[in-house]
Amino acid sequence: MSRLLVCPPDYFSIEYEINPWMRRSNAVDSDRAVRQWHHLMQVLEQDVGAVLERMKPVPGLPDLVFTANAGIVVGRKAVPSRFRYAERRKEEVYFEEWFRGQGYEVVTLDPGSFFEGAGDLLGFSDTWFGGYRQRSDIRVFPTLSDWFHREIIPLELVDSRFYHLDTCLCPLSGGELLYFPPAFDHYGQAALAERIAPSRRLVAPESEALRFACNAVCVGKHVVLPEGCPETESLLTARGYLPHPVPLDEFMKSGGSAKCLTLALD
Amino acid sequence: MMHDQETVILQGHIIDSLILAKVLDRILMMGGTFDIQDMQIGKTREEPSCARIVVRASSAQLLSEILHAIQPHGASVESERDCRLAPAPADGIFPEEFYATTHLPTQVRIRDQWVEVEGIEMDLGILVDPVGLIARTVPMGEVKRGEQIVIGREGVRVIPLQRPRDRDVFSFMESQVSSERPHGRVISDIAKRLVQLRVGFREGKVGSKVLLAGGPAIVHAGGREALAWLIDEAFIHVLFCGNALPAHDMEVDLYGTSLGYGHAAGRAVPHGHEHHLRTINRIRAIGSIEAAVKSGVVKTGIMAACVRRGVHVVMAGTIRDDGPLPGVITDSLEAQAAMRAAIPGIGMALLVASTLHAVATGNLLPATIPSVCVDVNPAVPTKLADRGSFQAVGLVMDAASFLSELARELGWRS
Repeated sequence: MSRLLVCPPDYFSIEYEINPWMRRSNAVDSDRAVRQWHHLMQVLEQDVGAVLERMKPVPGLPDLVFTANAGIVVGRKAVPSRFRYAERRKEEVYFEEWFRGQGYEVVTLDPGSFFEGAGDLLGFSDTWFGGYRQRSDIRVFPTLSDWFHREIIPLELVDSRFYHLDTCLCPLSGGELLYFPPAFDHYGQAALAERIAPSRRLVAPESEALRFACNAVCVGKHVVLPEGCPETESLLTARGYLPHPVPLDEFMKSGGSAKCLTLALD
Repeated sequence: MMHDQETVILQGHIIDSLILAKVLDRILMMGGTFDIQDMQIGKTREEPSCARIVVRASSAQLLSEILHAIQPHGASVESERDCRLAPAPADGIFPEEFYATTHLPTQVRIRDQWVEVEGIEMDLGILVDPVGLIARTVPMGEVKRGEQIVIGREGVRVIPLQRPRDRDVFSFMESQVSSERPHGRVISDIAKRLVQLRVGFREGKVGSKVLLAGGPAIVHAGGREALAWLIDEAFIHVLFCGNALPAHDMEVDLYGTSLGYGHAAGRAVPHGHEHHLRTINRIRAIGSIEAAVKSGVVKTGIMAACVRRGVHVVMAGTIRDDGPLPGVITDSLEAQAAMRAAIPGIGMALLVASTLHAVATGNLLPATIPSVCVDVNPAVPTKLADRGSFQAVGLVMDAASFLSELARELGWRS
């Protein structure tokens, strides 16, 4: 059973611009955003069988909806994020409060370090990948590696449109990797190629990567991804996965999709 | 050439992620160089690795650009501490634990800044003026009570020499000294350097002076004319010697002998052993070597050439000296200080046929100055070459052959 942390989009909007997708002029249709979010929740709960933990939205924190950036959770230990931009730093206290309220052992990074949670840290059971340069600082990974006893391979994100690792890389439950190579420099691409056999690397086409095909939630054989990514769906289907395309374009206005809207808790 | 450097630490899973490779590539691509000082590789996948990397660049600006470029990849500048200081407890005494210098370029950290140590030379202490951010070497005998002296090794760094750019004998690590190697190539490279330095000297360029430290064997073995020619042609600008070299040089001029051996006759002449004493006595009567040359008493040879060309001569006496000649400094510390004062501006040193003066001069020279040590006894050039300089060349050959070959290479026709 998979538990996911989510946050209803009651106050979701675009109030600042901290990534290339965000434009204040490109206003969110709130009703549509709410409908899309509920649809996603329905798919996650009913089709995928995930258990959802809902946290309380907070006025003035439009991006609290992107719970992937709450922090990183393994077992009963949680490390809350330290956001790079002041706009999102106000969320830290709410995420930390939620972890504490649920009885997690909360371990905190030094103030002044940057780490944006599961948005920049994801992987397989033994090896994790850490995205750095855009949001998280590479220096946090040795600390996290020590706390969680996991190898963390840092990967530099070189395209500002793919500003979090989860926008261009998605480890799948069977050991395959869905990713968009040009979001990484050639050292990162080589490091991934060294780790994962070619047959296990699923390369999203550029047009779909730009729709955040890789910002997918994988639970068992289910993969929930934004709609409009047929080639990625075929790649998944060919390897025995069950794709669930969901319309999430209102959230794309903010540079987020299915994965950004969830945080894996177990 | 001085290089700026900083030590950075890179840790985490830096091997498989190719982060280490990326950082090192970046340093090289930007025109810097690096040394991996320490590398600990994680024993398991989970265990992180750690590298301690010294980054070097040809200027402070480039170094800062390189550090700026590698910091986002996790390379953190190692936190450095200031050097520790203690006051000299009395005149002529260093504090316990004083830092003893090498002949390599050295920097000390004062108030978070790396400051170049001026006048670097082997086996001295470092005197720091923390207010003026100034550091300079100081010999034990010259330290004054209360002066701030660097103690311990913290906050002190020694910069290894970069391989010189010129492709000649000085650019190879010539620490091996052997009598069984041809000398022609080495001498021809030295000659080329002398020509370059003379051009620089005439243009008034700093660091273009050539120093020769030599013993009386130069005269006894027949190298006098060649050396006098080199001085007359303005290839040599500073001479370090004792009492014997000038005494026997002028003996040849006045009596045609050195240590009583007739140069033209090719044999010892009757009462010849007195000649150098009579020479010394004569010069003492005149008052100075300079006066002897200018008055026409001494006409030829090394000292005459030195006076004519205005060569800076430092004569350091020893306990077996006769006389000595006027101008010979008999206080060893005073002599050392006079030699030390003549070092700035030297661009090359020739240490010929004198263990005593070669070693004394070697101790005073920073490792950045190319030096050639010539002696028939392999122990002398070996001793000097072992001091770890890229630019020390040792030649096992006699002084006269060396000087004659060198002079001939430069156009001398004997």
